[in-house]
Amino acid sequence: MLEMTRPQTLVALRGIGKTYANGTRALEGVDLDIRAGEFLTLLGPSGCGKSTILRLIAGLDAPSGGVLTRAFDNLGAEIGFVFQEPTLMPWASAFDNVFLPLRLQGQSRRTAAPSVEEALSLVGLADFAAAYPRELSGGMRMRVSIARALVLRPLLLLMDEPFAALDEIARFRLNDDLLRLQEELGATIVFVTHSVYESAYLSSRIVVMAARPGRITAEIGVDNAAARDEAYRVSAAYAATCKRAAGALRDAVHGEDL
Amino acid sequence: MTPAPQWALRYGPPALVMLALLAGWEAFVRLDDVPPYILPSPILVLETLAADRAILLPALFETLKVTFAALAAAVLGGVGLALLFAQWKWIERSFLPVAVVLQVTPIVAIAPLLLIYLEPATAVLVCAFLAAFFPILSNTALGLASADRNLVDLFELYRASRWRTLLLLRLPSALPYFLGGLRIGGGLALIGAIVAELAAGAAGQGAGLAFRIMEAGYRLNIPRMFAGLALISLAGIAIFAALSALSAWLLGRWHESALGPER
Ligand SMILES: Nc1ncnc2c1ncn2[C@@H]1O[C@H](COP(=O)(O)OP(=O)(O)OP(=O)(O)O)[C@@H](O)[C@H]1O
Ligand SMILES: [Mg+2]
Repeated sequence: MLEMTRPQTLVALRGIGKTYANGTRALEGVDLDIRAGEFLTLLGPSGCGKSTILRLIAGLDAPSGGVLTRAFDNLGAEIGFVFQEPTLMPWASAFDNVFLPLRLQGQSRRTAAPSVEEALSLVGLADFAAAYPRELSGGMRMRVSIARALVLRPLLLLMDEPFAALDEIARFRLNDDLLRLQEELGATIVFVTHSVYESAYLSSRIVVMAARPGRITAEIGVDNAAARDEAYRVSAAYAATCKRAAGALRDAVHGEDL
Repeated sequence: MTPAPQWALRYGPPALVMLALLAGWEAFVRLDDVPPYILPSPILVLETLAADRAILLPALFETLKVTFAALAAAVLGGVGLALLFAQWKWIERSFLPVAVVLQVTPIVAIAPLLLIYLEPATAVLVCAFLAAFFPILSNTALGLASADRNLVDLFELYRASRWRTLLLLRLPSALPYFLGGLRIGGGLALIGAIVAELAAGAAGQGAGLAFRIMEAGYRLNIPRMFAGLALISLAGIAIFAALSALSAWLLGRWHESALGPER
């Protein structure tokens, strides 16, 4: 039923530019629609403004040009943010870290407990509520960070290279978990990565960017029909997507060097 | 052979070195027949400590009282000012130079001046306060300013008020820094108190440990000087150990600095 309706636009960027105080042109003329339910990946070389786009969408920074419109108002409730590092509060248990967004909304620990426990079990950490960050592995910390971003059931999940610091096995597992979570929660995800392979595996759409100034150079739609599993990782469809994404990324980086 | 337990490996060597030094000192005094008014032996120092306890212990208590009162005041003042610094940049810009001037001027040089303006007891307290104040202020201010950038962003995304951000993020982030400053400040407060007592000299009310040491010096009671010195060292060690224990207890499971070397 949902698939039949025209995809609703959650966030629209029109001619967005961002110049930092020191004169760096981080973004120029960026047009981008974020559609409800999609898994959008921003793929591009370092410094092309991927993090800047996420910060603008989250309202943590204002664009210096262009128009950015959102289909929702309460950014804190509708946006979940996951950083490259887990950025947990080391003095708080996993439970208290996930509790934070609810706490800042004024909920008491007691009323929030069911939501927090549910978010922890969504990421497979139901048994680690009492553990402190330093007692958890890197992958587990990242899961806590994802649970924290999910606990308010946001419409939009922004993830800035969340798995870059993990080993490949942990990354593959979290990739699958993330897709399962998206299906369960119906969230929209904007995902930043350096990895062609990760983008090809996860996305329904890949946006390729170039640097100096940061801009969008290509857009690749990905056929979402095939189930994402081990078989998909060796399928011809996956290989074809990787090839297209790698080609677009090469063009983006090459154009910059000329 | 079973391996030695952890604690023996950890505390054994330093304890042995300490004992060897004391034994060497004792042997040197005995074998060379050094008279006690030149250099008393460790055992004699210990005996003097026991014999003169009616004079030395109240003096120690007096000095510790001043030290802790000054430390408490420095914590209140230092943390309070650091909080103001964190909330309003212009306060930091206005007051930091004054704090730096107080910090770089040696306490030994300020003490005589304070003694002119203030009652000796108050001057000693102020000296100890000034010594402890700056490390607590600067460490806490640094800690409040060094909360994780991304966490600050997260609090902003969730529309947390400045007050809640301070309470839930900046204060806990600053705790390890503050405790580091407290440990330094504890030692410096003791030094400040001793320096001021020495400067107050005969004009002082004559209750503190430093005064007793000076007094013993005038009477050439060298063993008692050593006994007083030993008490000051022990007090310094005890203060440092107590504050370290407090730090380990507060940081508990979360901070790297609270973990033992074996992890
Ligand atoms: N606060 C800032 N002040 C000045 N320049 C900035 C600031 N933040 C980012 N930049 C610059 O803007 C450009 C884009 O930065 P951004 O962090 O968005 O890139 P990115 O694509 O996320 O890079 P990476 O893949 O390395 O994370 C870079 O040249 C960067 O140096
Ligand atoms: Mg980035």
